[in-house]
Amino acid sequence: MMAADLLTLTPQGLYCPDGDFHIDPWRPVSRALVTHGHSDHARPGMAAYLTTPQALPVIRHRLGAITAQTLPYDQPLSINGVTVSFHPAGHVPGSAQIRVEHRGEVWVVSGDYKTEPDGLAEPFAPVTCHTFITECTFGLPVFRWRPQMETVAEIARWWAANAAAGKTSLLAAYSFGKAQRLLAALPPLGPILTHGAVEEVNQILRAQGYALPQTTRVTPDITGKTHPGALVLAPPSALATPWARRFEPAEEAMASGWMAVRGIRRRRGLGTGFALSDHADWDGLLAAVRATGAGRVRATHGYTEPFARALRDLGLQADTLQTEFLGDDATGDGA
Amino acid sequence: MKAFAALFAALDGTSSTAAKTAALAEYFRTAPEADRVWTIALLSGRRPRRAASSTELRLWAAEAAGVADWLFEESYAVVGDLAETIALILPPPATAAPPPALSLAMSGLIALTGQPAEARRAAILSAWATLPSTERFLYTKLLTGGFRMGVSQGLMTRALAQATGRPEAEIAHALMGDWEPARTSFAALVERAAEGPDSRPYPFALASALEGGPDGLGAPSDWCAEWKWDGIRGQLVARPGAFALWSRGEELITDRFPEFAPLADFLPAGTVIDGEVLAWDTTTGQPQPFAALQRRIGRKTVPKVLLHEAPARLLAYDLLEAGGQDLRALPLATRRARLEALLAGLPADLPLATSPLLAFSDWAALTAARVTARDHRAEGLMLKRAGSAYVGGRKRGDWWKWKLDPFSVDAVMVYAQAGHGRRANLYTDFTFAVRDGDALVPFAKAYSGLSDAEFAEITAWVQRHTLERFGPVRRVPPELVFEIAFEGIQESPRHKSGIALRFPRMVRWRRDKPAVEIDTIETLRALLAAAGGRLPPAPPEDI
Repeated sequence: MMAADLLTLTPQGLYCPDGDFHIDPWRPVSRALVTHGHSDHARPGMAAYLTTPQALPVIRHRLGAITAQTLPYDQPLSINGVTVSFHPAGHVPGSAQIRVEHRGEVWVVSGDYKTEPDGLAEPFAPVTCHTFITECTFGLPVFRWRPQMETVAEIARWWAANAAAGKTSLLAAYSFGKAQRLLAALPPLGPILTHGAVEEVNQILRAQGYALPQTTRVTPDITGKTHPGALVLAPPSALATPWARRFEPAEEAMASGWMAVRGIRRRRGLGTGFALSDHADWDGLLAAVRATGAGRVRATHGYTEPFARALRDLGLQADTLQTEFLGDDATGDGA
Repeated sequence: MKAFAALFAALDGTSSTAAKTAALAEYFRTAPEADRVWTIALLSGRRPRRAASSTELRLWAAEAAGVADWLFEESYAVVGDLAETIALILPPPATAAPPPALSLAMSGLIALTGQPAEARRAAILSAWATLPSTERFLYTKLLTGGFRMGVSQGLMTRALAQATGRPEAEIAHALMGDWEPARTSFAALVERAAEGPDSRPYPFALASALEGGPDGLGAPSDWCAEWKWDGIRGQLVARPGAFALWSRGEELITDRFPEFAPLADFLPAGTVIDGEVLAWDTTTGQPQPFAALQRRIGRKTVPKVLLHEAPARLLAYDLLEAGGQDLRALPLATRRARLEALLAGLPADLPLATSPLLAFSDWAALTAARVTARDHRAEGLMLKRAGSAYVGGRKRGDWWKWKLDPFSVDAVMVYAQAGHGRRANLYTDFTFAVRDGDALVPFAKAYSGLSDAEFAEITAWVQRHTLERFGPVRRVPPELVFEIAFEGIQESPRHKSGIALRFPRMVRWRRDKPAVEIDTIETLRALLAAAGGRLPPAPPEDI
């Protein structure tokens, strides 16, 4: 039996006592390893940050002046005798799983991840470990994504039909990750307008060398009339606001894994929703767990209890790891 | 089912009434004829008997998906709709032949009822395995029962009028009553109004709630006032060779109320009366509480003892047809006079009387009368414009219901459960308790009355304060206090508290009130005594 867990929970977050560092902590700590730039993972106030070079620009943009160091994917770094390394998680550009090794014991923290390559984020790579701490935002068997190609084709048909009817297509998508992934995948059917929150991330990623098509930031003079047949990419919070009204007549839709469930879509008052997620679906989660070869799994972020129980039904040792933040639940936007 | 699935997608994708009407009208112009008839039937609540129970469907789906029962239930709690849970949890369908026509799918379902479980299971599993995802969802939705797809009867009628070029009122009338989709053609259905008399009722006129009193209604002399009875709205149709009692839900309930049968001999042929069916207390000459009537609703045949304990009476308030002539266009005052003349000529011992008009000279007098409604076993007042025609549907302005303020108590939330459908993922279904000494007694469940923002806030609170989980139900500390309103209160040995409430709902989140100050079981017992509710309610059925 192992003496103690390599990673434990403290009031600040997930902690490695041997290496004296935290992973995605939610309260200020001296050293934070950060999986990616979404606000429930990269929090302000850490004395020192360590992340991938691809993830850092967005994190800096969001957190301002921080003390940060980068570690490229797949390169080991020793922290107080504990070896850590970052591995692609496929969630958003620069996102990582974090591998932690000490005295032959290997733990992997998945961060947020998806198993299907989206054409923009560095594709998910399974990492062998003894204990896998996995997210399970969509850890129920009702969540099964169709291949990205099919969903993107559906969005393209929606856009084309709206344009033909003289309407603007207003597509709500999380401003870091989902929006850029859509930009990279959608065919060039017309002008693409972007909300400021989306465009700022676009500029950062373009500067890093990610290939994104040309987009136009929405300024006060831009309306549906100035750009007929346009697709507007905006964060979900921008729907049904005065900002969005300038595009009328418009059709609104949202791209999120939650859109797979009709009741959730209708509760958001949306006629159209596209089930496109940056998180793994049920099959993806199970495949990822198996690919690690881990004998022990700890579920966090999402449907933790049923997912852990399902893994136990499969013969794995599994429990839940309660974090302070609920992550992308059905009321959030980021999934 | 392809056209039906496309219709569903079009309806589901918009909240605009005009767009929904247009999509339906287009469907009624172009879809296969038999499918159109079935669609009308489904959208007007005419569904075949269920070919499988929801328990069977859950078991079969979980088994076909290779998912444990508990995991299926967890998923259902999140999705909030059984048919959708099944459609999502099954493996992706194998691409197969195009899906069958809606009419074929429906006759297939009808043929399944009564078959042994193994045969039903095999047929349903095969449909699940081959239907494309939207069709699979719709098929399961049809299996699980009612499915209106967000389309009201009025909206469907409008679309049919657009598609056929016939007047809306005529279509509405044509669709009333008893017809079987499997044996009716589209043409015959929409043209039924042209045929001879039958037992069909007229579309019911419905009242709107009067908020804030009658002062804005104009001159009191323009209005008729009656008690608002707490019974079953019904139309009694007596035509040559036909005698029928229809509920507002267009269900034939003639056989459930055999005491009305003698009326067939006394009412002149070609008479249609609109009124309220009530269980009558022959000693006091007043209606019995709704619970007594509920015992009658729940059964198709009535035992003698029940006929004696809860005899039915029809209080008539309108005459829609006399001597075979449609009177609906005449002013209410004229119809009412003819109704009174008609009933005055009938023997006094028949279970039929007019619902009395209340005399009042000004609104203050009527306001004072309303307060006494419970003494008359009524739930408030009805106000109808004396000069108005009888118009089917809820036309604002001529018919108002002015109900009494409900009962209310302050209670504390003890359990929370996530909602279903649109409200899955929000904790919206709460169990409430009042104090009984030092203990808390759960006495009511309610799931409506709060804003989405309040539900979201309570959801976050429940997630942080869960003490225990029982499947989808969470026990929470008794801290959040709500004002619970309800329309009626009855004794009920089936409930721990000994009482059952009618239409309980939350009216307010009492953030100002600590849990120690909630009402007690004695408060409820006093309300029960005052309401005179004694009879145990039977489970309600379809009406």
